[in-house]
Amino acid sequence: MTAFIASIGLPEIIAGILVLGLNAYVLTGGADFGGGVWDVFASGVRREAQRSLIAKAIGPIWEANHVWLILVVVILFTAFPSAFATLSIVLHIPLTLMLVGIVLRGSSFVFRSYGSRDRAAQGRWGRVFSIASIVTPVLLGVIVGAIASGAVGAAASALPTSPGATSTSFAPVFIAPWLAPFPLAMGVLALAMFAFLAAVYLAYAATENGLREDFRRRALGAAAVMFVAAFGGLGVARMHAPDVSRDLTAGFAFYFQLATGIAAITAIWALWTRRWALARIAAAAQVSLILWGWVVVQYPYVIPSTHTLRATAAPRITLVLLLWGLIGGSVVLIPSLAYLFRTFTSNDSSRSHSPDSSIP
Amino acid sequence: MSDLLAARTQMAISLGFHIVFAEIGIAMPLMMLLAEWRWRRTGDRAYLYLAQRWAKGTAILFAIGAVSGTVLSFELGLLWPGFMRFAGPLIGMPFSLEGFAFFLEAIFLGVYLYGWDKVSPRAHLAAGAVVAASGAASAVFVVLVNAWMNAPTGFQVGADGQLLNIDPIAAMQSPAAFQQALHMLLAAYAATGLAVAGVHALLLLRDGTSGFHRRALGIALLVGAPAAVLQPISGDISARVVAMTQPVKLAALEAQWKTQRGAPLTLGGLPDEAREQTRFAIEIPYGLSLLAFHDPHAEVQGLDSVAKADRPPIAIVHYAFQTMVALGSAMALVGVFAAWVWWRRRDVTASRTLLRALVVVAPFGFIATEVGWIVTEVGRQPWVVQGLMRTSDAVTPMPWLAVPMLLFTFLYVGLGAIVVALITSLVRETA
Repeated sequence: MTAFIASIGLPEIIAGILVLGLNAYVLTGGADFGGGVWDVFASGVRREAQRSLIAKAIGPIWEANHVWLILVVVILFTAFPSAFATLSIVLHIPLTLMLVGIVLRGSSFVFRSYGSRDRAAQGRWGRVFSIASIVTPVLLGVIVGAIASGAVGAAASALPTSPGATSTSFAPVFIAPWLAPFPLAMGVLALAMFAFLAAVYLAYAATENGLREDFRRRALGAAAVMFVAAFGGLGVARMHAPDVSRDLTAGFAFYFQLATGIAAITAIWALWTRRWALARIAAAAQVSLILWGWVVVQYPYVIPSTHTLRATAAPRITLVLLLWGLIGGSVVLIPSLAYLFRTFTSNDSSRSHSPDSSIP
Repeated sequence: MSDLLAARTQMAISLGFHIVFAEIGIAMPLMMLLAEWRWRRTGDRAYLYLAQRWAKGTAILFAIGAVSGTVLSFELGLLWPGFMRFAGPLIGMPFSLEGFAFFLEAIFLGVYLYGWDKVSPRAHLAAGAVVAASGAASAVFVVLVNAWMNAPTGFQVGADGQLLNIDPIAAMQSPAAFQQALHMLLAAYAATGLAVAGVHALLLLRDGTSGFHRRALGIALLVGAPAAVLQPISGDISARVVAMTQPVKLAALEAQWKTQRGAPLTLGGLPDEAREQTRFAIEIPYGLSLLAFHDPHAEVQGLDSVAKADRPPIAIVHYAFQTMVALGSAMALVGVFAAWVWWRRRDVTASRTLLRALVVVAPFGFIATEVGWIVTEVGRQPWVVQGLMRTSDAVTPMPWLAVPMLLFTFLYVGLGAIVVALITSLVRETA
């Protein structure tokens, strides 16, 4: 532990900010994808009410939430360019598919919100929106799982070093690292995590009891899937990625697993006893701890076991300027984000300044 | 199709698609802000209605711009990992600043679109102003990276070709930076402003009494016409910087084969790369020397100054450049015409000839932007970073790149068609 703290330098600080950005993306953008999942599973007498609550919750904020992902990518390629290059080469296929999912999710959402009022057209965009909301988180989880399993690093060492040189066979480098049991289990885990977050947030945001109960049941269901995917993933890891499974239960990482467990139990208990605000905090903590647990296990590698933080870090001047840029940017960004969320989560109608009740 | 050509095509399609939405995202918020401001000042509810109609269009177009921009940020690695490994630490700075600018744009667009009845009038106007300003800032930051690729600064080259002693701040101050950023911003305002003006001019030609379209046309021209008139001046500055920093690009866009003093300006013609001459062209004596160096006897470096392998494809670049200049000139003339009509009659709708001209030039700005990017990107080939790194050394070793290229082509053609249909129906509702 002390050795770890003593080893912290600029690359570690930048990497820490990168993971904070990823954490923010998972808690906000992830939940927006989760909302899309519950749009698919909208059912029962309050089916339309569920859908409209989801659309109302996502509408004003999803684009801002989405920018976290761009920030993460930009920090990655600025501070750890060769790791970014390697990830982009080996994971070309799942990254491309994830991008298609991102494009279709965002565009179908605006087409549904602003397009024709015609029910058939609305239904069509709703379907595209929900399928993209399911597929994209799975791919994100698959990508993380492939990195964590060490398969990306292994494939990268098989790559030709100079461009133009003939590549080794296609499947072992470009498909096998991600189309494997462990990454797929992580894909399911990511999907369940996002759906869980969304359901907990929506239960908190709902003002009507029936809707709250709908999302409470959904949150508990998603928590069960998360549990199965996490332990299924661990079981698969024991067979296919023994390094990951050993590291997950060793040393420092053990405390993360313990904290994750406590947060999970708290979240379930809070949902069970209908303490909505506590459930929201505990669920966010649980998901964040899962993410940081992965990061701790993987440290000091960006890509295990070939690219360490130190070896792939950009020159010092880049890291210093980037750090100042991130600090300066945050000074503007954080109050703006707080303002956005305050504006759209308060149900206080006394602050209304409506110029016109019939706004199109 | 080779993998390199597939990668270049995919990048061109992704950029060409995104840039239309990026330009709209820069200029449209300014227009809706002006409309809302007029409403708050005059109490004229037609302006409120206008601001809200434009905001609805902006919401759709901004979302498509946001997701297609995400695609581009990943494609930098998916298609050009060699470039990112080489240049990432040097050009990451403007990209991260762009990230924050984009963040502000998305946050305050959310406040603007969904906050009409949730925030105070002053806060609502301020939100619109932040969207307009950060949209312009995003564009400037991204263009700084492109300027660096055209005229790289802020490093030394080591023995193995790697960059040493890098200075990311100096890299943001490429000699091409100022003129490229200016040219891009003016293009965004001119293209979007005149396109919107053209739509409302068409509706005014059908129904000249509509106060709504008259107000819309006024604001669209206020944003579009001055930019269109200034753009040729910015173009002149651009050409002179290109003449200094990228003489081979200048030679390609002017189809100038030989290095010569008092070079003529070549209009049209058929560039023949095998014979190294341009046939059937109109030549204006001393024209090129005069334009590029403001001196009729200045020496202009020709394509013969470099090996064939170091030249861009001449015909594409030459035609793209001439198309851009022709369309931009037409837009500038219509801008001047609009100013004249307004000065004489105090009402831009008074001249039906002007309305017809505005309808004709409506698509010109976006077409000029597309061919303008062809000029700057294809004109830099075979280099991804001028003189430092070849595009073929930057491309990913991933095979079968035609597959993702076709995937994104179909995706964007489909999305483009849907967006056009949606915006058309949005316009019809007001007609």
